[in-house]
Amino acid sequence: MKSNTLTIIKKEFARFFGDRQLIFTAIIMPGLLIYLIYSFMGTGIESMIQEGMNDNVTLRVENMPQSLAPMFDSADSMNISVVPVPFTQKDIDQLEDKNLNTVLMRFPPFFDSQLNSYDPQSGMPAPNIEIYYNSTNNATQRVYTMLTSMLTAYEESICNRFDINRVDETSEEPVSFDQATDDNIGAMIWSKILPMLILMMLFSGVMAIAPSAIAGEKERGTIATLLVTPMRRNELALGKIISLSGIALLSGISSFIGIALSLPKMIQGDVDTSALGFHYTTGDYFILLLTILAAVLIMASAVSLLSALAKDVKNAGTMVLPLMLVVMLCGLLPMFQNGASENLVIYLIPFYNSIEVMTAIFAHEVQWMPVVVTLVANVVYTGIAVWVLTRMFSSEKVMFAK
Amino acid sequence: MEEILRVEGLCKTFTLSRKQQKIERTTAKRKTAVDHLSFNAYRGEIFGLLGPNGAGKTTTLRMLSTLIRPDEGNAILDGCSVVKEPEKVRAKIGFLTSELKLEDFFTPNYLFDFFSRLHGVDETTMRERKERMFGRFGIDKFAEVKVANLSTGMKQKLSLVISLVHDPEIVIFDEPTNGLDVLTARTVTDYLQELRAEGKTIILSTHIFSLVERLCDRVGIIIDGRMISCGTLEEVCNGMTLEDRFFEIYKEQKGGEE
Repeated sequence: MKSNTLTIIKKEFARFFGDRQLIFTAIIMPGLLIYLIYSFMGTGIESMIQEGMNDNVTLRVENMPQSLAPMFDSADSMNISVVPVPFTQKDIDQLEDKNLNTVLMRFPPFFDSQLNSYDPQSGMPAPNIEIYYNSTNNATQRVYTMLTSMLTAYEESICNRFDINRVDETSEEPVSFDQATDDNIGAMIWSKILPMLILMMLFSGVMAIAPSAIAGEKERGTIATLLVTPMRRNELALGKIISLSGIALLSGISSFIGIALSLPKMIQGDVDTSALGFHYTTGDYFILLLTILAAVLIMASAVSLLSALAKDVKNAGTMVLPLMLVVMLCGLLPMFQNGASENLVIYLIPFYNSIEVMTAIFAHEVQWMPVVVTLVANVVYTGIAVWVLTRMFSSEKVMFAK
Repeated sequence: MEEILRVEGLCKTFTLSRKQQKIERTTAKRKTAVDHLSFNAYRGEIFGLLGPNGAGKTTTLRMLSTLIRPDEGNAILDGCSVVKEPEKVRAKIGFLTSELKLEDFFTPNYLFDFFSRLHGVDETTMRERKERMFGRFGIDKFAEVKVANLSTGMKQKLSLVISLVHDPEIVIFDEPTNGLDVLTARTVTDYLQELRAEGKTIILSTHIFSLVERLCDRVGIIIDGRMISCGTLEEVCNGMTLEDRFFEIYKEQKGGEE
């Protein structure tokens, strides 16, 4: 009995260690991918932090008290320019523009004397410091966090003699210190989540059909039946890629509808989901559609090439897996960056370019040039893939490899 | 007699993988499958390529059907070169081998139409031809049944019909009766004779002597990728039975080894 068990173990080991591809997929790739993914995530988080740290922020302070002035002496070294000038409601409203690196801070008049005369036991409202900022702007969010930390520490040291951003709950229109609009917040959330979801859904659609359509045809021997017809190889390659793209697109649309319907339920809780509705123009939707079409084409092309190389469907699945992880990785990157890149070279990178354009669309930052570069690049790459696939269909080594 | 096929110095060498080297029990990195093979065929005849397993018959037919490209040499089929005009060659030939399979998901009806369109057959001709061929092979009753649910014999008949949707002038069959039950095998061989009667040229490969004797007008004996003997049955057999003549040639080539 024991010897039979040993025989089975030996056979399984021989099967596994005799297959170099299986060794790579099962042993080497997981470690490699975890290293790559975590390294990328680390770099992304670092760049996100750095991005907020390096941007200059103007801090306009109204009624700067003498006692707290020294606190701002080292502000320059933290890329904060302190400007002691008053501001109006119009200035506050302007903070809705998330690209404006300004924080407004207002002390009550004669803050120092109010602080001295205030009795925390009196039950009266404490002097309130107002700080206006936009939480969807990383730089102003950083300055806001820094200011509240400093002031809270000071407040605790003097026995809670003032408040920061106190909201009068009884007021019919309570003051909002965070000037991020619902659109700002919605755009930030959508731009970080949706590109990855869309790309993954589209990729799943391609994954579900492409290996069967090409590697499966090789495995079943039906591709050879097609190859002995007078049809040109490039017609076969183009037909395969377009049909696969179409089906993958339908599959992606179905998944997308599912996500769109379930997402508000997923993020219930503290978030007012009604504020997170789509507020996008017809132009945005049009660009999104073009981007998705181009992304599906490039995915179908890449998976078709790998499937054509594979001996059978199982082998194709193994070969496509690393590509799927790369696509996932590309999808994760927007979570660690503030908006889309302005570097046009980025838009030449397949998969990532689609993610960047979608991020820009959902963040209301879309510009024509990156979109054009992405669309042209993806169409060119698809053309190259059709050419390569044509060559592969003509190659006996690829088509009839055992 | 009108020459319809001319094969001139056809060569094909394959690179052996380590796995294949093990299987072939050799350390050589390349294997010559077809070695300067030349022969011709005439319109309206059945030409048989006879040889043992591994002789290069299938490789030769795959080169003639343009599935693989020769390393050297050329073959001209009805005026078209397999090297320079593979699409034109494919339009002129019907190729059938056990390697070519049909999608299980589709019905005979769908597949006939699909392959007819790929061959550029017009709709009227397609309908007429389908009716005739489905009737001839008894496929009409199963025209709407998925291939997956057809019997093995019916699948093979369908493969034969599909390879001929465009009424080709030259029909290339690799081991046409291999794996067929006796009834289907008989249907196929009868049909090959019908095709010859219609003036079609048939090139087939086989290792079955009786099949060559019953069907072929001319025969070529291939051993180790080389054409050892080629001509009419009388010319090749030299007064012996085909089987005896084949083993005589084989022993001469292999130096008496079995």
